[in-house]
Amino acid sequence: MKFFSHKTLLATLVLAGASLQMLGCKPKGSQAAISGDAALKTYVAPGKYDEFYDFVSGGFSGQMSVYGLPSGRLLRVIPVFSVDPEKGYGYSEESKAMLSTSNGFIPWDDLHHIALSETNGLHDGRWVFANANNTPRIARVDLKTFRTVEIIEIPNSAGNHSSPFITENSEYVVAGTRFSIPLGDNTDVPISSYKQNFKGTVSFINIDKNSGEMNLAFQILTPGVNFDLARAGKGKSHGWVFFSCYNSEKANTLLEVNASQKDKDFIMAVNWKKAEEYLKAGKGVKKTVKYTHNQYDEKKHSATSTTMNEVLVLDPKDCPDMVYFMPCPKSPHGCDTDPTGEYIVGSGKLAATIPVFSFTKIQKAIADKNFDGTYDDIPVLKYDAVLHGEVQKPGLGPLHTEFDDQGNAYTSFFVSSEIVKWNIKDLKVLDRVPTYYSIGHLSVPGGPTRKPWGKYVIAYNKITKDRYLPTGPELSQSAQLYDISGDKMKLLLDFPTIGEPHYGEAIPAELVMKNSQKIYKIEENAHPAAAKGDNYTRVERKGNEVHVYMTAIRSHFTPDNIEGVKLGETVYFHVTNLEQDWDIPHGFAIKGANNAELLIMPGETQTLKWVPEKAGVFPFYCTDFCSALHQEMQGYIRVSAPGSNVPIIYGTGTIKAAADYKATDGKTK
Amino acid sequence: MQIIRPLTICLLSGTLLAVACSEGVKKDEKPVDVQEMTKNQPETHGAELKESDVVVSNPLNTEWVSAGKGIYEMKCQSCHRLTGEKLVGPGWKDVTKRRKPVWIMNMITNVDMMLEKDPDAQKLLEQCMVRMPNQNLAKEDARKVLEFMRNNDGEK
Ligand SMILES: [Cu+2]
Repeated sequence: MKFFSHKTLLATLVLAGASLQMLGCKPKGSQAAISGDAALKTYVAPGKYDEFYDFVSGGFSGQMSVYGLPSGRLLRVIPVFSVDPEKGYGYSEESKAMLSTSNGFIPWDDLHHIALSETNGLHDGRWVFANANNTPRIARVDLKTFRTVEIIEIPNSAGNHSSPFITENSEYVVAGTRFSIPLGDNTDVPISSYKQNFKGTVSFINIDKNSGEMNLAFQILTPGVNFDLARAGKGKSHGWVFFSCYNSEKANTLLEVNASQKDKDFIMAVNWKKAEEYLKAGKGVKKTVKYTHNQYDEKKHSATSTTMNEVLVLDPKDCPDMVYFMPCPKSPHGCDTDPTGEYIVGSGKLAATIPVFSFTKIQKAIADKNFDGTYDDIPVLKYDAVLHGEVQKPGLGPLHTEFDDQGNAYTSFFVSSEIVKWNIKDLKVLDRVPTYYSIGHLSVPGGPTRKPWGKYVIAYNKITKDRYLPTGPELSQSAQLYDISGDKMKLLLDFPTIGEPHYGEAIPAELVMKNSQKIYKIEENAHPAAAKGDNYTRVERKGNEVHVYMTAIRSHFTPDNIEGVKLGETVYFHVTNLEQDWDIPHGFAIKGANNAELLIMPGETQTLKWVPEKAGVFPFYCTDFCSALHQEMQGYIRVSAPGSNVPIIYGTGTIKAAADYKATDGKTK
Repeated sequence: MQIIRPLTICLLSGTLLAVACSEGVKKDEKPVDVQEMTKNQPETHGAELKESDVVVSNPLNTEWVSAGKGIYEMKCQSCHRLTGEKLVGPGWKDVTKRRKPVWIMNMITNVDMMLEKDPDAQKLLEQCMVRMPNQNLAKEDARKVLEFMRNNDGEK
């Protein structure tokens, strides 16, 4: 019934909005919400740059997209947890290992949240982290190259939703499991034994200060609840992380009803500095697990995947004063810390108020042992003792909160489809503005940091309906940009996004663009199959494989004529792009290749595996328009019958036999 | 026309608004000028070399000749033969007799500028129809390539 009434309410709201528009009534109509200077405020003239980069989750596409703000122009789609035919990610032999997991190669996952790296509580523009929701993983994207350079799998987790959230010096990225599951050796248990056998975990992944390399430092074993979202403390609350959790009922079926029974669920407060002390004291228990750690080497242009077998687990039973629960009304979703680190805003999806907790009061309640009993032996702090106050009647279905630089909070409301601005200190509602429609996350540039930029808020919406030209049953996903520089929020722009834009974080362009890499230096190319100059181009038979070491430069391949391959052999094209100029990739495609093409950046080497299925002559060509003679950038490879005695010959212009190969400068590869 | 009009009005009214209010509007403290920033980006190439920047002498520096050969094989050979044969670009035979050292150096390290204002470079583009790539050579590397070219042309 509940489910129905929500849907009906939503439909009614949407319909009401639509009919109002048709009747020409202003208040809820989309046109009325636009002020006269919106176009001017979002207009970025041709050749000019945007002021912010916005890194946005691509949701079920498994990718991350990058937009310029305020224009809303799509700048880049960064492949993270899914293969991407535009970049060759997951298709080239070099990149496949990035998507390898303890369950094998996974070509498509679901990416939810974004976390930009921080130094002293401020975005530093070095890396951006993202989570794979389905098969639990955390990825790190390097903002020099806008490439995914590392992916670490999270064991003892299922539905990695409560992640990645970052501490103020990027000490840790945290990852909380959405599903509690049976852990350990015997996981074949009745689902109805949930309350006895199912447990949760939250993981702390350490980030190396210099290299950014991730390392699963430890996990904390928790009661069998569902973790939803999290935020690290900052300033005075640095050293703590707050996780929202629902299903304190520990239901294992029809959660919609059964996990909404209690008046309050919890926010779990973790003192990770304490956890570090317990680790030092040897309280961590080594558990045998299996997870992969994948890294992309930007010199070798190749990924490697390592299988890991152990994780350190802390059990709160052995570690007092490390974990506390705070009661939070009705299925909390967002759990956001304000720029000062003093206030923690809980957003109960089904609650009528927004509770705001005080870090100072939390510390006092802990010191005074002001507890309301325990939950699975973990102390529960008294609600009234830790509460700063509640925002009364803010709207329906609060989800997430971000902050400006003036002491104000902005909360998204899914059911009433609006953003509400309120003051953190006095908890008074200051302004509200409709979103189109059913906003999920929202973000203020720098909003989760100590110093938000406070110029815009971006709404990431769940429903698009009538905002764009229709494109069949599936519509473009939608984000909206609002000006928050004045007292009143003003809608400036709609812009379409890829996948479902769960969350995004925006950062001033200057912090990122100054580090942007333009080429891979050919001198530094350490790919074992690189041909760093035409003297190294060659064709070699190794058992049942033929390896072609090829170069590409405007506008030819070397070699571009190849003979001597026999049916039944596997051909590897190792193509090195010799260009050293910005924005000059070359492509490589061969007729009938049923797995992929390549796209090779300047100075990079990439490999295409090709298994010919019949004898004949097969053309190949460059797929990325590179010069006036791009159409001439082509070649042929001949495949002969298995028993034939066609010798290996190859070349460009001058064709030579394989045995003739010699590096003229005396060096070998 | 009908589609364009609302936008024009929007822009126009926006402009008017901005003009009308410009004095009353409180200014943002230090707006970030991203355009300015892009201009100041360090380029790996770009400074124009003057004739006096390139000194050639005999006998040739043999270390530079062999280092220049290595750079040639990695970054130039795909397009330039050591004979007079034109491939993508002109063959290198006698290039040091046709061109001044500073011209060659600028062509290597500063090709965008050359294609923009040097008539000989522009003529070559018309013949070859492919912009010579910036191969990201430091000035010192370009000098070594020049020494290798001189060696190729028979200088001692
Ligand atoms: Cu090409």
